[in-house]
Amino acid sequence: MTANLIQKIEREQMRLDIPDFDSGDTVKVHVKIREGEKERIQIFQGVVIKKTKGLSNARFTVRKISGGVGVERIFPLYSPAIDKVDVVTRGRVRRSKLYYLKNLRGKAARIKEKRFA
Amino acid sequence: MMSGLLGKKIGMTNVFASDGQLVPVTVLQVGPCVVTQIKTEETDGYAALQLGFDEKPVERLNKPIAGHLKKASDKGFRVLREFREDSIEDIETGATIGADMFSVGDKVTVTGISKGRGFQGTIKRHGFSRGPETHGNRNHRKPGSIGNSAWPAKVIKGKRMPGHKGVDRVTVKNLTIVDIKHDDNLILVKGAVPGFNTGVVEVRKTDVNK
Repeated sequence: MTANLIQKIEREQMRLDIPDFDSGDTVKVHVKIREGEKERIQIFQGVVIKKTKGLSNARFTVRKISGGVGVERIFPLYSPAIDKVDVVTRGRVRRSKLYYLKNLRGKAARIKEKRFA
Repeated sequence: MMSGLLGKKIGMTNVFASDGQLVPVTVLQVGPCVVTQIKTEETDGYAALQLGFDEKPVERLNKPIAGHLKKASDKGFRVLREFREDSIEDIETGATIGADMFSVGDKVTVTGISKGRGFQGTIKRHGFSRGPETHGNRNHRKPGSIGNSAWPAKVIKGKRMPGHKGVDRVTVKNLTIVDIKHDDNLILVKGAVPGFNTGVVEVRKTDVNK
C-alpha cells in the first residue's frame, strides 16, 4: 500500500502533452529559461541517445554537436521547464542506448531515417 | 493549538516545483490520529495530548488498554504517544486530527528511530578519520590512542569507541512542507527523515519563537 501512495504522487506529475519519441529520433526541446523576471524559450535540438523509464522520474538525453564539441543534456521527461517537444525526424536504430555516437564524428554519426511502408 | 501528530514514513520520491526544479521529498502519512486522553495542569501537573495512531482491532488489545481507550474511540491503536502542549483549547477526547493542521510552506520537526547499522567501527559510528591505505601503513581503520598513560591511568568515561550504531531517536528540524494531499493524509517534506519506510514518526510544527 505504501508503494501505491508513492506511485500515486508520481503519476499526478506526469504530463500527457509530451509526444511519443524514442532513441534515434531527432527532437527539438523547447526549454523555458528564467532571466530575472523575464521568461524566454530556448531550443535544444539533437538526437535522443537514451530514454530511461519511470513515472515522474523518466528522463531522456539529447546529444548535439555545438561548435565542434559534443553537448549532451539530460531532461526530466515531465519537467514543467519543458515548454514542448517537437519530433523532427524518426531515426532507424538497432539499439535503445546510442552511446556509440559519442565515438563518432561528422558523416559517421548520421542516423538513417525510419521508412514507413 | 496542536503542536504535533503521529505519522508513518511512506518513502522518498521527488516532485517538480513550479519553476521546474526537482525537489527531493519524503512522503509522510500523518494521521488520522485520535485524541485518546487530555492531560491538564490541574489533574496531571502538565498539559499534554495523548494521541492514538495506526488502527488495530479491539480484540487484539489487552484489557487495561481497551478500558483506557473505551472513552475515546471504538477502535484500538498500535501507537499511543503524548505530545506536550502549552495550552489545550477546543479539543475533546475522541477528536480526529489529520494533515489539515499543517499548511504548505510550514516548517516541521520530525522525530523517528534511525535505521539499525549493527556493530560499527569509529569511522562510521563517530566520523573519525582513517589512516593511509598504503606505504607500509598498518593503521587503517583503528581508533588510535584512547587516552594518556600514568595519568589518569584509565579511559575517560564517554570516550567514543566502536559499538552499536543506529536504532536511536533522531530529530530533524526545519523541514519545509512542499505539498499536502488531504485525501490520503499525506504531507511531503523536503529532505530526508530518520528511519525505515513504514516507521513511526512524530511530526511537530517547528516553533519559530524558540
